[in-house]
Amino acid sequence: MPNPLIIILHIGVFIVLAPLISGLISKIKNNLRMRRGQSLLQPYYNLAKLFSKGEVIADTASWIFRAAPFAVFASALCAALFVPVFMAAAPLPGVGDFLALIFIFALGRFFLALAALDTASSFGGMGSSREMFISALAEPALCMAVFAIFLRCGTTDIPSIFASCGVSVSGLAAALALFLVAIAETSRMPLDNQETHLELTMVHEAMVLEYSGRRLALIEAASYIKQLVLFLLIAQIIFPVTPEYRAAPAQIFLSLAWYFGRLIIIAAAVALLEVSVAKMRLFRAADFLGFAFVTGIIASLCAILGI
Amino acid sequence: MPAILSKYFLLSDAFSLFFLFVIFIVSLPSAIYSFGYLKGAYSPARITIAGILFLAFVLSMAVVVSAANCVVFLVFWEIMSLVSYFLVVFDTRQEKSIRAGMVYIVMTHIGTAFLIAALLVMYKYAGSFEFSAIKDACREMPAQTKNIIFLFLLAGFGTKAGIVPLHIWLPIAHPQAPSHISSIMSGVMIKTAVYGLIRFVIFILGVDSAWWGILLIVLAVVSCLAGVIYALMEHDIKKLLAYHSVENIGIILLAVGLCMFFLSVNMPYLAVFSLIAGMYHLINHAIFKGLLFLCAGSVYKSAGTRDMEKLGGLIKSMPQTAVYFLIGAMAISALPPLNGFVSEWLTLQAFFLGALNTAGGFKLFFGICAAMLALTGGLAAACFVKAFGITFLARPRSRRAEEAKEVSLSMKAGMFFLSAMAVIFGLAAAKVIKLLAVVCGAATGLDTAGMAFSLNNFALSPQAGARVYLSLPLLALSLAVLLAAGYAVYVLSGSRKIALYKTWDCGYYKLDARNEYTATAFSKPFRIAFSFFLLPYRKTQKIRESFYHVSSFAYETHTTPVFRKYIYEPLLAAVFRAAKSMRRMQPGSIHLYLGYIFLTLFILLIFMGKF
Repeated sequence: MPNPLIIILHIGVFIVLAPLISGLISKIKNNLRMRRGQSLLQPYYNLAKLFSKGEVIADTASWIFRAAPFAVFASALCAALFVPVFMAAAPLPGVGDFLALIFIFALGRFFLALAALDTASSFGGMGSSREMFISALAEPALCMAVFAIFLRCGTTDIPSIFASCGVSVSGLAAALALFLVAIAETSRMPLDNQETHLELTMVHEAMVLEYSGRRLALIEAASYIKQLVLFLLIAQIIFPVTPEYRAAPAQIFLSLAWYFGRLIIIAAAVALLEVSVAKMRLFRAADFLGFAFVTGIIASLCAILGI
Repeated sequence: MPAILSKYFLLSDAFSLFFLFVIFIVSLPSAIYSFGYLKGAYSPARITIAGILFLAFVLSMAVVVSAANCVVFLVFWEIMSLVSYFLVVFDTRQEKSIRAGMVYIVMTHIGTAFLIAALLVMYKYAGSFEFSAIKDACREMPAQTKNIIFLFLLAGFGTKAGIVPLHIWLPIAHPQAPSHISSIMSGVMIKTAVYGLIRFVIFILGVDSAWWGILLIVLAVVSCLAGVIYALMEHDIKKLLAYHSVENIGIILLAVGLCMFFLSVNMPYLAVFSLIAGMYHLINHAIFKGLLFLCAGSVYKSAGTRDMEKLGGLIKSMPQTAVYFLIGAMAISALPPLNGFVSEWLTLQAFFLGALNTAGGFKLFFGICAAMLALTGGLAAACFVKAFGITFLARPRSRRAEEAKEVSLSMKAGMFFLSAMAVIFGLAAAKVIKLLAVVCGAATGLDTAGMAFSLNNFALSPQAGARVYLSLPLLALSLAVLLAAGYAVYVLSGSRKIALYKTWDCGYYKLDARNEYTATAFSKPFRIAFSFFLLPYRKTQKIRESFYHVSSFAYETHTTPVFRKYIYEPLLAAVFRAAKSMRRMQPGSIHLYLGYIFLTLFILLIFMGKF
């Protein structure tokens, strides 16, 4: 029987911690560019600001536009339930596995893409079309990465993967494939640019262009959570650790600190990638994600060879 | 009397009963739907004809899946094809219908010819048309003959199922029939081919070469991808759905091919598991494709067009149809917690488990197949964002779309029933799998009593100690709770001002439906990324008033139908050439004709004496 307290605590950690990762990436990016940059806590300020503001809703929009942010938010949090943090088991045991997680992400994306079309704005349509294009091409790469992990661990169950798999070449290659997919899924360079609102380049921002106020806040929070889920999965595959709980409180703190500390390395990698590459043309996304797919195949080959 | 019945019909075969269930779960709501759909569109006499044809169609399918005798099977197979031909050409006012019917009837008879050939060879060995006798005879059949029979059956049933490259008739014929018939054709009729393939190849013939399964998997992967890519390019909403049938038949046959492979390498548990995944997807596809065709029919009836570029904004004028279409779109895009998600997840698991339990190259092959299935899923989701978004959301793109009205009660009832099924078959997955285990046991002739199938237990081999879990009710519950939590946060954080205002138009102040994104634009990235397959071309033309003044532009874009252009058109040309040269045999001289008769008799006599 799952413990409701644990679930609430788990979800709370994701909601509270997730924006920090984005703040961190942005801070590292700015520092790499020799700028001071915004505060680490800026994403929180943004969310607070959005939450206190009123909304403007397009008069052509239907209930899809109004409901989509909640669907996006729920699907991101539901994905968070798949990833264990405090215990070796997931907070909601038996709800689903790694493959189901892919479909959960698809659920949120589906509604966001529909909402973008709902406003009758060309920007929304553009964003929607591009998002579905990129995510469709990311799907085989993601599946291949999961496949490699599956071959190595013999299961697609996330807690078992977390518990059983040590470091290996195939794991690293699979993590690289996952990383590239995560770049695409979290709308980062070189496939998308979170920092601009240029119609030639924007993907995610174009989709949410008509949103404002609390609905926008929910969507932003959902993207932070999705990002954290993906990064945690990658971190666990590169640096497999499980936090200890039965030990003294100080140790709990230390193990949790390392559990989340690994994210700093991932965040730094993302930031480094973002400052060092230029935005690709949309149609070159096929090359980028094709590379991720091939990386996934290499990971599977390594897993077959047992390395 | 029962003795005679059971001689010709399989009365207590779980596999046949399953298909009867599939037939009736789609036919029932389609029948209810047809009352509202046909009313007003046709004269009362034609509505009666439609009703009779409908009944004949459903009954012939029911006989096909319960026949225990090749002759009964073939006769009703033919009746099914002919009745559906009459339904395809039901709209005789449209020239398109006649052409669609022509393509359909030619293709379906080519398929039937292959079937007759295969069944005759089987008869030659068994000396009987009964399934049980043929099954016994097939055990002693030489491998070479078996291979040939398999290929003939594959061509015959493949034509009916619409696997690439034999799919050519499907997107032409299915959309042309009245919508409740399209829903049965796509939802059920093409499944009778899957039934036939499993019944004749797995149950009767018996799989003993691994390459059968591999061949089927490769064809299925091609069908999946080609089907979904063509669907993405399509703007006729019913044609789009028909192409998705090609894709989904591919997914079903992936699982069937996997089952055949596992049978040939003697892994009964995995074989049954794959077939469960396939049969689950089969019934799911029947439900959501039936639903989507009914919804498309509703749109067609109230907006008068199937062209998505002229639709839009229907969610406001047809709110209920929109919800049903959304449920269908979510189910076919494999979104949790609906039914399509479960079967696609099972199929992926079947591939993964297959890879775990085979060696070397097969591992990678199955992995890549799984990845292609994932790509298909991603593209299908994109396609249904397009289909729902362009048709139902934003502003109406034409007067008729603006004036569309919600459809009548009987049509809504049909759609409601299938939507409810899509939800139920998602949430009750654990139960469905248990039932399907029995069905698939009957189909493969294996004993499944000792095999435990559930969503939660895939502890198959020693190396796979860990288990996999999936609980649909739990997933649905957590999604619902989180949705409610999100809404609660929204409500509890106090009220803020919500202003309704025009969509941001960059200060243009004249945003109208022409500024909306179109279906063509939506699919542009895909057209470019898959240009190696679609071979798109475009024509732009400047219409000038004078040398200096261009008054307007004409712009056209098309994709090349690869299979039609490079396979069917040359073939057709060759047939016509052959026919032309044959014409020389017919000069009109009666003496020559008598000579032909004599010659034929002579050759036949020699033939009979020799063999």
